Amino acid sequence: MLSQLRSLWLVLKHTFTPADTVQYPEQKPALFPRYRGRIVLTRDPDGQERCVACNLCAAACPVDCIALQKGEDETGRWYPEFFRINFSRCILCGLCEEACPTYAIQLTPDFEMCEYDRRNLVYEKEHLLIRGTGKYPDYNFYRIAGKSIGGKDKGEAENEGKPIDIKSLLP
Amino acid sequence: MKSMTIGTPWQIFGILVSVITVSALLIWVERRLIGIWQDRLGPNRVGPWGLFQVAADMIKIFFKEDWIPPFADKPIFLIAPAIIMMTMLLGFVIVPFAPGVGIIDFNFGLLYFLALSSLSVYSVVLAGYASHNKYALLGSLRAAAQSISYEVFMGLSAMGVVMLAGSFNLREIVEAQRDGWFFLPQFAGLLAFTVAMVAESHRGPFDLPEAEHEIIAGFHTEYSGMKFGMFFVGEYLGVTLNSALIVTLFFGGWLGPAFLPPLFWFMLKCAVFIVFFILIRSALPRPRYDQLMNFGWKRMLPLTLLNIVVTGGLGLWMGG
Amino acid sequence: MELALFYLSALIALVSTVLVLIQFNTVHALLYLIVSLLASGFIFYLLGAYFAAVLEVIIYAGAIMVLFVFVVMMLNLGQKTIAQEKSWLYPGIWRGPFLLSSLLLLELGYTIAQAASANLGQVVDAKRVGIALFGPYLLAVEAASLLLLAGLVGSYRLGRPLRDKVSP
Repeated sequence: MLSQLRSLWLVLKHTFTPADTVQYPEQKPALFPRYRGRIVLTRDPDGQERCVACNLCAAACPVDCIALQKGEDETGRWYPEFFRINFSRCILCGLCEEACPTYAIQLTPDFEMCEYDRRNLVYEKEHLLIRGTGKYPDYNFYRIAGKSIGGKDKGEAENEGKPIDIKSLLP
Repeated sequence: MKSMTIGTPWQIFGILVSVITVSALLIWVERRLIGIWQDRLGPNRVGPWGLFQVAADMIKIFFKEDWIPPFADKPIFLIAPAIIMMTMLLGFVIVPFAPGVGIIDFNFGLLYFLALSSLSVYSVVLAGYASHNKYALLGSLRAAAQSISYEVFMGLSAMGVVMLAGSFNLREIVEAQRDGWFFLPQFAGLLAFTVAMVAESHRGPFDLPEAEHEIIAGFHTEYSGMKFGMFFVGEYLGVTLNSALIVTLFFGGWLGPAFLPPLFWFMLKCAVFIVFFILIRSALPRPRYDQLMNFGWKRMLPLTLLNIVVTGGLGLWMGG
Repeated sequence: MELALFYLSALIALVSTVLVLIQFNTVHALLYLIVSLLASGFIFYLLGAYFAAVLEVIIYAGAIMVLFVFVVMMLNLGQKTIAQEKSWLYPGIWRGPFLLSSLLLLELGYTIAQAASANLGQVVDAKRVGIALFGPYLLAVEAASLLLLAGLVGSYRLGRPLRDKVSP
């Protein structure tokens, strides 16, 4: 009985506690960079697409809302021919961001994505791709990875030694 | 037979309109108060402080599809929500608002209220039965068992007051409290009566018949539109009626310092108890079903019986 | 006016009682029984026995019938029982009761025809009921309370937990 009275008293005391409510449309909530909102595709510092169409994000997605097709340009660089995210399915879990080896796919602190027509929630690559680098301004996958592409041969990446000459016996 | 009517037709109409308005407004009051106690704001968009939320809800509920399930027992399904509105509105007939304000002055006013509150349970029971839905049936079974066990000590807990006042007439009970309100000598009675009131109106923490975490929405699972709205308004009418009864029986009804009119005192006390009902709902968790029955039969019933014995014994001893 | 109300409620009581007998659906029958109890409560009221009227509603219509409805709902009677009820209701089975109750009806009609005037409008308040119960009818009250006590003890005995079957 005493504990019931105590909880009544505790609840009554909250009459004088200011509300935590954020009056949303007039007053925007404070969102932090790691907030998981609308998904974007980012670019390298030199302006090229980061996505290498590895399909890891599509495989990681628990609701299968990501679809993409691999393409390859003449220099050997992989890129997505199309990249489609169905935001009416997306649960904004962020697993695609964690799966991405190139920091291409990122979640942003933006959640205002209402549409009157459900089909408008299917975002194509031109809707997803942004100009900037997102959360990782200096990262450039092809500058670090060992893969040879046009303008960069094997062993020319950052922090990478020359490839070992397997035909030679010299150390 | 002497006429028991005290109000003019206009007064009766006024009471009806104001009672329904107050109960409809309680929808907003309850949401707002619970919001405040949970550190939220509650509905505040429609009109000043969200006051027109009631109107918005009403418009919405009137225009919703009023669906009757094809598997339902149709006549019973239709009369069930009417019963609760009817019994609760009829209950206001005996409420003594102020001297000269009221509808009838009935010698067995208290018993009349008990009769109506025991009839109001049919609404819930029949709604659950007519829905032909196992969750609704579970809800109405709970309601039947709960109301039987809580009605017994509800009547008995008010008997102490009847002994002190020497009458079942609510106006005479109020007049008998001129020398001191009955909540002090009848504290155990007040306690039991309040618990029984909460249980009778099927509100939290005794909302087991509709326990939405366990059995969907209980007895009104299959109800929609205004038929659901009638259950809803009936519940708030019950809250208003129950607070009026508690005020009348234990807190001196319209009595109060003379600088304010009696009707105002009555309304003020009622408002305090309505807020108290909402506070109970927002603060206390729902007991398990067997705990509810145990509490009713093993704690509250002996308490009220003891209260009656002590009150009667003291009355005889003091009276000589 | 009061006489008209009396006959109206008496008619309602009669009709609903007949409907109780001929309903196949048990819950519908119980509802008609509730209506009949309410009507008889109203008759008590018209006769001036307010206390009896209110108690009729509280105890019979409010508590006992709720229990009946509760039990019927628990039993979950379906179409099968309705068919069974139908098969039971052939004329032969109510010939005897019909004969006996029509005799009663004749008796009632004779008494009404003989009575000089109905004693309407004599108000019986709670105090008079109490004095009557604890004065001349004290023995009956005690006997009824003994009966209820026996019922209570019996139901407690039936509802006790079976100690041998519960493993410690």
